[in-house]
Amino acid sequence: MQSSPYVLAPNSVSRIMFTVLLALLPAIAVQIWLFGPAILISLAIATISALGFEAFVLNLRERPIWPAISDGSAILTAWLLTLSIPSIAPWWLTVTGIFFAIVIAKHLYGGLGNNVFNPAMVGYAALIVSFPVPMTQWAAPDSLAHHYLDGIDAIHYIFNHRLPDGWSLDAISSATPLDTLRTQLKLHHSVSMIRQMPMFGQLAGRGSEMVALAYLAGGLFLFTKRIISWHIPLAMLGALALVSGIFWLIDPQYYASPLFELVAGGSLLGAFFIATDPVSAATTPHGKLIYGAGIGILVYLIREFGAYPDGVAFGVLLMNIAVPLIDAWTQPAPYGHKKDAA
Amino acid sequence: MTDRLHTFHGGIHPEEHKTLSTTHPIAQAPIPARLIVPVRQHIGEPARPCVSIGEKVRKGQIIAQADGYVSLPAHAPTSGIVTAIAPHPVPHPSGLSDLCIHIEPDGQDIWIEHSASDYQSMHPSTLRNLLRDMGIAGLGGAVFPTFAKLNPGKAVKIPTLLLNGGECEPWITCDDMVMRERADDILRGAAIMRHLLQSDEILVGIEDNKPQAIAAMRTAAQQSDIPVRIISIPTLYPSGGAKQLIKIITGREVPSGGRSTDIGVATFNVGTALAVHRAVNLGEPMVSRVVTVTGNVGQAQNFDVMIGTPMQDLIALTGLPPEPVSGVIMGGPMMGIKITDLHAPAVKATNCILVKSGTMFPSPPPAMECIRCTRCAEVCPAELQPQALYWFARSKHFDKAREYALFDCIECGCCSYVCPSHIPLVQYYRFAKSEIAATEANERASNLARQRHDARTARLEREARERAERLAQKSAAKPAGDEAKQAAIDAAIARAQTQKTTSE
Ligand code: SF4
Ligand code: SF4
Repeated sequence: MQSSPYVLAPNSVSRIMFTVLLALLPAIAVQIWLFGPAILISLAIATISALGFEAFVLNLRERPIWPAISDGSAILTAWLLTLSIPSIAPWWLTVTGIFFAIVIAKHLYGGLGNNVFNPAMVGYAALIVSFPVPMTQWAAPDSLAHHYLDGIDAIHYIFNHRLPDGWSLDAISSATPLDTLRTQLKLHHSVSMIRQMPMFGQLAGRGSEMVALAYLAGGLFLFTKRIISWHIPLAMLGALALVSGIFWLIDPQYYASPLFELVAGGSLLGAFFIATDPVSAATTPHGKLIYGAGIGILVYLIREFGAYPDGVAFGVLLMNIAVPLIDAWTQPAPYGHKKDAA
Repeated sequence: MTDRLHTFHGGIHPEEHKTLSTTHPIAQAPIPARLIVPVRQHIGEPARPCVSIGEKVRKGQIIAQADGYVSLPAHAPTSGIVTAIAPHPVPHPSGLSDLCIHIEPDGQDIWIEHSASDYQSMHPSTLRNLLRDMGIAGLGGAVFPTFAKLNPGKAVKIPTLLLNGGECEPWITCDDMVMRERADDILRGAAIMRHLLQSDEILVGIEDNKPQAIAAMRTAAQQSDIPVRIISIPTLYPSGGAKQLIKIITGREVPSGGRSTDIGVATFNVGTALAVHRAVNLGEPMVSRVVTVTGNVGQAQNFDVMIGTPMQDLIALTGLPPEPVSGVIMGGPMMGIKITDLHAPAVKATNCILVKSGTMFPSPPPAMECIRCTRCAEVCPAELQPQALYWFARSKHFDKAREYALFDCIECGCCSYVCPSHIPLVQYYRFAKSEIAATEANERASNLARQRHDARTARLEREARERAERLAQKSAAKPAGDEAKQAAIDAAIARAQTQKTTSE
């Protein structure tokens, strides 16, 4: 029997999920504009396989399929994973990542709401550990690529790994700016020399910096819609800026500037769209600050001292483990429990 | 003079729908064909009926006596004949019936003798007894006996008397209309309350969506010779919750488990102040109140209603509902209770009768899993973590729920309102609270039984020992007899019992 309240705000899980998807559109548009339409094909592969895996597992678990499919959460996971890996990744790479995200990370833990780890990042981690090579072959921006993969060419490449005659993979792809910075530093080049390379732009990577700024715009949109709170993004970016700033001040020729770190790689996508995944994040206000700051610090440490070029996925996953502790330690004092208020 | 206001955490802005019922002044509801007066309309012990079937009663006559300290009498709302003293459906969340005194009005509406009292010259406890005899209970919803709250006790005085004109629940406008139309009388009642509490100041908090009420109260305050300040507060549900209003106006929080008087504030609903005025200055007990009848009705309006009027009679006053009726709520949509039987009477707690339709109140979509989005925590005025409480309540980890301050939840419904997964969170909290209360009652009962048992064992042992000692004294003089045997047996039984208790 229903009891009070008898009215509900016009809100729903699917409304939240689709608003987040909407907030990703600017970045996707910028990516199409600067890197070609391959991302659309990868997004389609990811979306279809995510929905397929979701339906399949729900069927196995004898759960109603439609409510879960229509809540948009599987699509969001699919998009976030796709945007975290190369847009020209072969189809099986995307599908394998989605399998880990949806089947392992989401449903083995009990489905939406019960997953301890961020599903998209579990998918990413599985891929970078198992298939490191295709994970480094990113589409080069139009302005750098010798050739331009249009829609049909992209389909051929993604599904058959076939390029038009006379084209080489090197001509259309490149390593990420973070990767390049890392390998060049090992060759004892200074940051300022490395930044002269054509693949770098004003802030970070040429082209990719524009995509990153579009994530920032989408994130601010989500903030104004009150779908995310400021705590996690600000703490994560703040901690990243602080730690990278300290190293940069110590040796600016060996450590990139905080601005570069904030814009490069998955920093902004991670801060606004991935670390803020509510299910796997901390829940208390102070807890969110600790959680976000922890990710920011880990991202930097992994980038500088770890074995992987970017640290967002592992930073998020490591902090996911700490969430129950963080939440338990940071319970705010309820009304009437504060020491000094009364 | 501007007041520096404070804010409470969270809160929501549900659609108000208040203008529907403020277009017409408060109307007098007619005397119904039958009045049903429950003996339990307040918090505390139910009253004991003191009339018999067939007895003629007059308006204002006590028909049930208060029973115990926290209790109030019930009065005949009009003159007529007692036709039954029997269980009848009453507005209660349980939907159960309760003992009611049924009166068939004679249509004369003849009062018992009554007169004004000069409260200034009365001893405070006499004045409190008067308010008790008049059946005055808080009209804001809690229906706590008012006289008991008007006792400063050891504190000698309560510095701040705070009148609650927040009325933050959507749809409800009875306080709004009472303030518009009867502002002077409200302040006269407040003066009596201030006299009892020895308060330095009277503050009245009113949400700023009631500009006419604020204006009327300000005018009345200017003409009043007592220190009153009318404070306009931002409209934000649940600013009319006592704890939230206190926070807004004083910036302080009522300690958990404590009372507002611990921080020098006493709060009363504006309607209660009006009732106090009528009881003392006119000698009229609480036999009526103002009720908003609104929602899916012909013309929503406020009525001055005799306590005991069947709800269906009141709904009938508002004309034909434009849409099919899908249910009726007593109170507002955020905290009201469902009325399953419209024969149930309007009682002292009835501030609003809200008639629902399927389009105005669509049934909630099916609940989904919690996605830990913490929207609920953002809006919770008690600053709890509703998503954690939900988890503990659902998994029956009641100890954890309690540790996370479940009992500080005021059941305002903000969390359920915003939850994107449409989880009926408050329902889980009510369930957990009642489970914990039941367990505790059980424990208390078994503790009591154990204490009794222990006391009895101890007594038996002591008696056996005393007898044995007496015997020993005697046997020093003469050989053991029957008495000694009996004492030994008693002692053995007592020992056996002690062993049994300790091995339990
Ligand atoms: S609002 Fe609902 S879904 Fe969100 S955290 Fe609270 S209970 Fe969970
Ligand atoms: S019902 Fe309880 S938990 Fe929910 S918002 Fe109100 S006080 Fe907080």
